[in-house]
Amino acid sequence: MAKNQGELTSVLVGRNAMRKKKAKFKSYIFTHPVILGSLLPVVLLSLWEILSRMEVFPSYQLPAPTVILQTIIEMGQEGTLVTHIGITTYRVFAGFILGTVVAVVLGSLVGFYKNAEKLFDPMIQAFRSIPSLAWVPLFILWMGIGESSKITMIAVGVFFPVYLNIVSGILGVDRKLIEVGKMYGLNTIQLIIRIILPASLPSFLVGLRSGLGLGWMFVVAAELMGASQGLGYLLVLGQNTLSPETIIASIILFAIIGKISDWVLKKIEIRSLHWQDRLVK
Amino acid sequence: MSLKLKNVSRTFDGITAVKNFSISAEPGEIIGLLGTSGCGKSTLLRAISGLDNDYDGEISINGNTSKEVDDRTGFIFQEPRLLPWLPVLENVTFGLKGNKETKVQRAKEFLENVGLSGKEQLYPRQLSGGMAQRVAIARALVTSPEILLLDEPFSALDAFTKMQLQDLLLDVWHTYKSTVVLVTHDIDEALYLCDRIVVLRGQPGQIDTEFVIKEERPRQRGGQKLAEYKSEILDRLDLNNTHSYTS
Repeated sequence: MAKNQGELTSVLVGRNAMRKKKAKFKSYIFTHPVILGSLLPVVLLSLWEILSRMEVFPSYQLPAPTVILQTIIEMGQEGTLVTHIGITTYRVFAGFILGTVVAVVLGSLVGFYKNAEKLFDPMIQAFRSIPSLAWVPLFILWMGIGESSKITMIAVGVFFPVYLNIVSGILGVDRKLIEVGKMYGLNTIQLIIRIILPASLPSFLVGLRSGLGLGWMFVVAAELMGASQGLGYLLVLGQNTLSPETIIASIILFAIIGKISDWVLKKIEIRSLHWQDRLVK
Repeated sequence: MSLKLKNVSRTFDGITAVKNFSISAEPGEIIGLLGTSGCGKSTLLRAISGLDNDYDGEISINGNTSKEVDDRTGFIFQEPRLLPWLPVLENVTFGLKGNKETKVQRAKEFLENVGLSGKEQLYPRQLSGGMAQRVAIARALVTSPEILLLDEPFSALDAFTKMQLQDLLLDVWHTYKSTVVLVTHDIDEALYLCDRIVVLRGQPGQIDTEFVIKEERPRQRGGQKLAEYKSEILDRLDLNNTHSYTS
C-alpha cells in the first residue's frame, strides 16, 4: 500500500512538473511580441471577414478582407502593383533626399553661425507657419502636374522637421563637451566633426524619421491632386470606379511600405546611437 | 613651463568674482587654490586655461600672454565630461596626436594606471561615476601636459580611489615635471599635493594668505607637520572657532 502511495505521488509530481512546463511554454507563447502584437489585428480581421460574409457590411462600402487581398494579388499578377508602389516610393525617396539635403545645409548654417541664424531663421519660421498643402496649387502652376511639382511638394514637407531638429540638435550640444574639444586645441572644423556632429546625431535622426512620416503624408496629397500612377492614384481610381477594395488595398499598401521605411530608419538609429544611455523597456 | 598671473579680475554681469589676483608659479611647481565655495577658484582656472578670455589683467604662460587655449595645457574638470559616443579607449586617445598604435599603447598604459584595464571597450554609460572620472583623469594625463589645471578633480571619488589617484598624479608630475594648479576645497588634499597653497577669501575672491609647504615628498597623510599647517589654514578661514558662525 505504502509502496503504491509512493508511486502515486511520484506520478503526481511528474504530472505537476509537466503541467508547469506546459504553463511556462504557454505563457511564453502569449507574451511573445509577434504573437501579442498580431493578436488584436487577427481578431478584428476575422470579425470583419465574418460580418462581411454575413452581409452586415454592404460589399459596395466595405468589402471583406479576402476580397481586398484578392485585389492586391490581381494587381500583382497584372504587374501594375509593382509600378504603383515603385513610383510612389520613388517620389517619397526623391523628395526625402531633396528636402533632407536642403535642411542639412540650411540647418547647419543656422546652427553654426549666429549671423546665418539672424538671416535665415525668421524667414524659415514664417514659411513654416504656412500649411504646406497650400503650396500645391502654386507648384502645379509653376511646374505642371509632372514629377517635379510632386517631388518639390514632398521635399517641402520633409524639410521642416529635419531642419528644426538639426538646428535644435546643434544648438543643444553640451557646452561642457565643446570645452573638452577646445582644451585639446581643436579648431572650428575639427570641433564640428569630432564633437558637434556626433552630439547632434540623435536629434538629426529624430528629424529624419518624422520627416519621412510627413513625406508619406505628402505623397498622398501630391498624388491625389493629379497622377496617373502611384498608390495615391489608386485612391482616386477607387473613388471614381466605386471600388472600395482598391481604396483599402492602397491604404494597406501605404501602411506596409511606410512601416518598412520607418523600420529601416529605426534600425539605422539603433545602430548609430547604441552609445546612448536611455531607458530600456 | 612658468605661469604668471598679474592683476587678474573677472566680472560677470557687473558682479566681480575675482579681483586683482596675482601669482607666479615656477616650472614644475604644484600650486593649490583653496577656498570656500563661490570665491572664484574655478573662475581663475578657466581664465588660465583660455576657455574664458573675458578677464582683465594678464596671464602669461612661458611669457606668452595670448588669451587662447594653449594645447600644452591639460584640464581635469569637476565632472568627467566623457564623450558618450566614444568607448573608453577612444575617449582617452581623444586628444593624442600621432599614429594609432602608439596612441592606443599609451592610452592602455594610463588606463592601467587608473585601474581600468580591460574596460577599454565600454561606453561611458556603462561606467560608474568614479570610473568615469578616472577615465577623464587618464585622458588629461595621457597627453603629458606641461601645465595641468585641476578643478576639484577628485571630489566625486571615494576616499580610497582618491588617495590612489592623488599618488598617480604625483607620479606623473615626477616624470614630466608639469606645472600644476589645483583647485580644491579639501585641505588634506592640498596639503598632501601642493608646494604652495594660496588661500582665497571673500566675494569677490582675493588672496588671503599663502602657505609654502616645505615638507618632503612622499608626505605622510595625517602627519604631524601637515596637521599643524591644517590647523593654521583653518584659522585663516575662520573655521576653527564657532564664533564666526554667529557673527
